[in-house]
Amino acid sequence: MSEIFIDGISRFWGPTRALEKVTFRVESGRFAVLLGPSGCGKSTLLRIIAGLDQASDGRIHIAGSDVTDMPPAKRGISMVFQSYALFPHLTVAQNICFGLEVRNVPTAERKKRLDEASELLGLTALLDRKPSQLSGGQQQRVALGRAIVAHAPVCLMDEPLSNLDAQLRQEMRLEIRELQRRLAITMLYVTHDQVEAMTMADQVILLNGGRVEQDGTPDALYGTPRTIFAARFLGTPPMNVINLSPEGAIEGSGGPPLADGRGDHAIGIRPEDIRVTAAGRIGARVETVEYLGADTLVGCRVGNQAVVARLPGRAGFSAGDGVSLDWPAERQHMFERSTGQRIDARNAT
Amino acid sequence: MTRTKATIYGWLLLLPAFVLLVSFTHWPALATIHASFFTTPKGTRPAIYVGLENYEAMFDDPVFWQAVTNNLIYALGTIPVSVALAMLMAIWVNEKLAGQSWLRLAYFTPTVLPMIAVANIWLFFYTPDYGLIDQIAHAFGFGATNWLGNPDTVLYCLMVMTVWKEAGFFMIFYLAALQQLSPNLAEAAAIEGCGRWTFFRRVTLPLLMPTTLFVLVNAVIGAFRLVDHVIALTGGGPNNASQLLLSYIYDIAFRYWDTAYAATLTVVLLAALSGLALFQFLVLEKRIHYR
Repeated sequence: MSEIFIDGISRFWGPTRALEKVTFRVESGRFAVLLGPSGCGKSTLLRIIAGLDQASDGRIHIAGSDVTDMPPAKRGISMVFQSYALFPHLTVAQNICFGLEVRNVPTAERKKRLDEASELLGLTALLDRKPSQLSGGQQQRVALGRAIVAHAPVCLMDEPLSNLDAQLRQEMRLEIRELQRRLAITMLYVTHDQVEAMTMADQVILLNGGRVEQDGTPDALYGTPRTIFAARFLGTPPMNVINLSPEGAIEGSGGPPLADGRGDHAIGIRPEDIRVTAAGRIGARVETVEYLGADTLVGCRVGNQAVVARLPGRAGFSAGDGVSLDWPAERQHMFERSTGQRIDARNAT
Repeated sequence: MTRTKATIYGWLLLLPAFVLLVSFTHWPALATIHASFFTTPKGTRPAIYVGLENYEAMFDDPVFWQAVTNNLIYALGTIPVSVALAMLMAIWVNEKLAGQSWLRLAYFTPTVLPMIAVANIWLFFYTPDYGLIDQIAHAFGFGATNWLGNPDTVLYCLMVMTVWKEAGFFMIFYLAALQQLSPNLAEAAAIEGCGRWTFFRRVTLPLLMPTTLFVLVNAVIGAFRLVDHVIALTGGGPNNASQLLLSYIYDIAFRYWDTAYAATLTVVLLAALSGLALFQFLVLEKRIHYR
């Protein structure tokens, strides 16, 4: 059992609130992603969990014990830094074994764990190199190796892939996920990259302005975002959030009512859920067409609202065309504009 | 531009520095070596070639050996202490402290002062009976001590003052090196359960080695090059107890006007210093990690 329970963590710097009563639970052996835009407090939270920073308020429980006042080394965690934090004067093997040496792990055991980790990460041929002689991806693997040999039940990662190129990032995503499953580590992974969150996580904790915006499976976050922020943070291009007039029609369009509006509502619709047809419910005008290869983004204007539709292949429209839009009612999300909260009880979880 | 023109142009660009270097560094150095093989010209008698006689005289000169011994004690006493102190101070003022920049400034002040001024400050400290040290000693019931007048203490007095002056200077280099180190390294080590001392020994110290080599080379040269304080404080006395190599050369050259012998001593000093610097670079270099 190595679950993480974050209980009402707050962090203030003077009047600035970096984190406010953040509470969530990560079950043992699960892969949780702390997701959010830069400055939302996710790295601060990770550093507080690691013990590198102090919380102003709240408690941290790891594997059932309260670690809030413990030093980092006693918390049963390993950590991978964004910069990797490799010791530049030590070889790969020395870097990986540094922690074991410091903890006086016997030489035989040290060697065994080093062999295991280097085998697992494909570092066997590089053990005598210095970090400066390694590529970014290899350095990343060494940092992972250092986390693995600790045999800590909980691993914290702070944007570990942000310094790699796109191709490598994709490979490492799979690799880290695979490692986490194989070693049954409880993972808390910080990123601002929604693709990493969607592809790797069992659980996504979306942070915004120091608060938990939504906490759930990637599926739940994408399928039933609880706020406009969550709706627009996940998905490329983001969900269309369209303001409705008091009559429930799209603002400025004079079109058909889409909901029993009361003037403060917006509907959300994902670009891929929109169909563009010759005769649909809602009249629109094409403003931009972006061809991406596999699909095309068609930017339309309905009334005074902008709506982006994602259509497979070449859409065959050009700017200025009059089209009509339609979408299945069950794909439509409803939000209250003033609070940004989801209001259709139908899909709320 | 033709090739010849470009060559001339290049040499013209080099000329000012070249002239200065040749006339004030290279020519005097060669002239010194040359002069060390001749007698000192006096009045109507020109210099006579004597081969290695000056060097032989040097080996028989007890004051020379006294200066060598003094200088070695002086170097061995001041260099390790000031380098270690510099590192300690740098690590201390590198941490987040209130008044951090004032502290850094305070440590650096002795470096800014001219050696003559420093010597005068310490001259007051060391003054028998009413100097600072003796006033403190009086408070604890000790009598007056002639710190600079006693052959047993005078060299150590110079050494203490030198450490005080040099440590702050070296600290700046260490501070710059420390600020290059990523704080993530310390954090990664903290997560592994690495104590402060272990981290210093295993990470900070090795990563500071390039700086240490640089500082050491400078410190060694400084230990043989500084002479102002000897002249200002003791003039090499009493009874040559605080005579260092360079102050001895100064005495021979400008007090006794035995320029040939002074040239001989200079050649030996320069050879020894070059040898030391070479040793430091060749031997220590191999064991240092450079990023």
